[in-house]
Amino acid sequence: MPDIRIRHRQGNFSLETEFSLSNQWTVVFGPSGAGKSTLLRILAGLVKPESGRIEINGRTLLDTVHGVSVPVGSRSLGFVTQQPALFPHLTVRDNVSFGLGHVSRKLRSPRVTEVLHLFGAEALADQPASQLSGGERQRVALARALAPRPDLLLLDEPLTGLDDASAHDILSRLLSMNLRVVYISHDIAETWRIPAQVVVLNAGRVTAVGPLREVLAAHRERLLERLGP
Amino acid sequence: MIDLQALWLTVRLAAVTTLILLALAVPLACWLALTQARWRPLVEALTTLPLLLPPTVLGFYLLVLLGPRTGFGRAASRILGHPLAFSFSGLVVGSVIYSLPFAVQPLAAGFRSVDPAFIDQARLLGAGRFRILTGILLPLSRHSLVAAAALCFTHTVGEFGVVLMIGGDIPGATRTLSIAIYDQVQDFSYAAANRTSLFLLCISALALVLLYMRRARVEAPHA
Repeated sequence: MPDIRIRHRQGNFSLETEFSLSNQWTVVFGPSGAGKSTLLRILAGLVKPESGRIEINGRTLLDTVHGVSVPVGSRSLGFVTQQPALFPHLTVRDNVSFGLGHVSRKLRSPRVTEVLHLFGAEALADQPASQLSGGERQRVALARALAPRPDLLLLDEPLTGLDDASAHDILSRLLSMNLRVVYISHDIAETWRIPAQVVVLNAGRVTAVGPLREVLAAHRERLLERLGP
Repeated sequence: MIDLQALWLTVRLAAVTTLILLALAVPLACWLALTQARWRPLVEALTTLPLLLPPTVLGFYLLVLLGPRTGFGRAASRILGHPLAFSFSGLVVGSVIYSLPFAVQPLAAGFRSVDPAFIDQARLLGAGRFRILTGILLPLSRHSLVAAAALCFTHTVGEFGVVLMIGGDIPGATRTLSIAIYDQVQDFSYAAANRTSLFLLCISALALVLLYMRRARVEAPHA
């Protein structure tokens, strides 16, 4: 049985997907409007699908047949999008510790320092979130998502809009961590270095699943041909 | 001279009404901003209704509700030891209902203007409704809270129809400044009516100027 089976309709758009998270990293690849972000929002519990089943690490998060729907905050998922959505009235430290209500006060501060360190952002701890640059915001957003130690990290084009050096550094740091990730992208150059399973989504349907470099090889060749001799 | 007894009663009524309204309207506006319940439009309509109803209509129904013919009126009378109608407590009940939209509308608008991505993130990080309200919505829409408080206070200060219907005109108990103006005009004391009216006009204008000055300060960094 696949880990994820979703059927969802939104206006004229319909999403019907079935796949399993067989690798540490799963890249969901596809053009704009393919339904990638909707898929991630359904996984996060922010959108309720018409029907479906979601199982992460053996835990059922959604099963519409049996009336199971784990609330958003109890799914143990981190979610970072292109928009970091840091709480602007809080400092970096308060942002990162926001999801640590279940952790004892004594352990909270070291945990915040630890996750900020993972993204080279420990020096930003006492800065107001509203005063950070784009790259800094994204590092802090990732640290905040990882602080509660989620079972799965959902990333919706988190590096779009960042300069190449920042994007490369952040992706390298993420790849060096022992994380389970579903990563959305429409940028083949960005995803090529990720040792992942890829799920290709087109107009709400899964059109291919497999090792990233095999499945996307043809896409890459076409792109390289277009770039010139 | 301004009727100081009426002034003190008006200030007390406006302050108590504002405090009660904020305590009721903050959670109600939060619910309106976050819920997708099917009956939200009904709750929205009910909270907005006092804005459109003629004050005398609202005052009449409240008078009936607070009187000895209803269970509510009898129960309130037993608890307080006196009837709600024609008392300060009755005026507070009427003012709270009459000014409800002035508290709920700005707060709900303020909460809805908060970027939904912040609310999504707070939910993903395990925050429940209370934490979203206290940790995200209220700090990010403080201006709406100030606006709601100022509107409730000034609206209650200027109330006439509902106050007259529920409270009548009892000096020291239900006679507010707006009722005092009515009395002064009835007595052809136009100079006194002018002083009281000018005083109320200045209070309302000052509240609005302070409110808009605060809004200008809040919006300045984004200009």
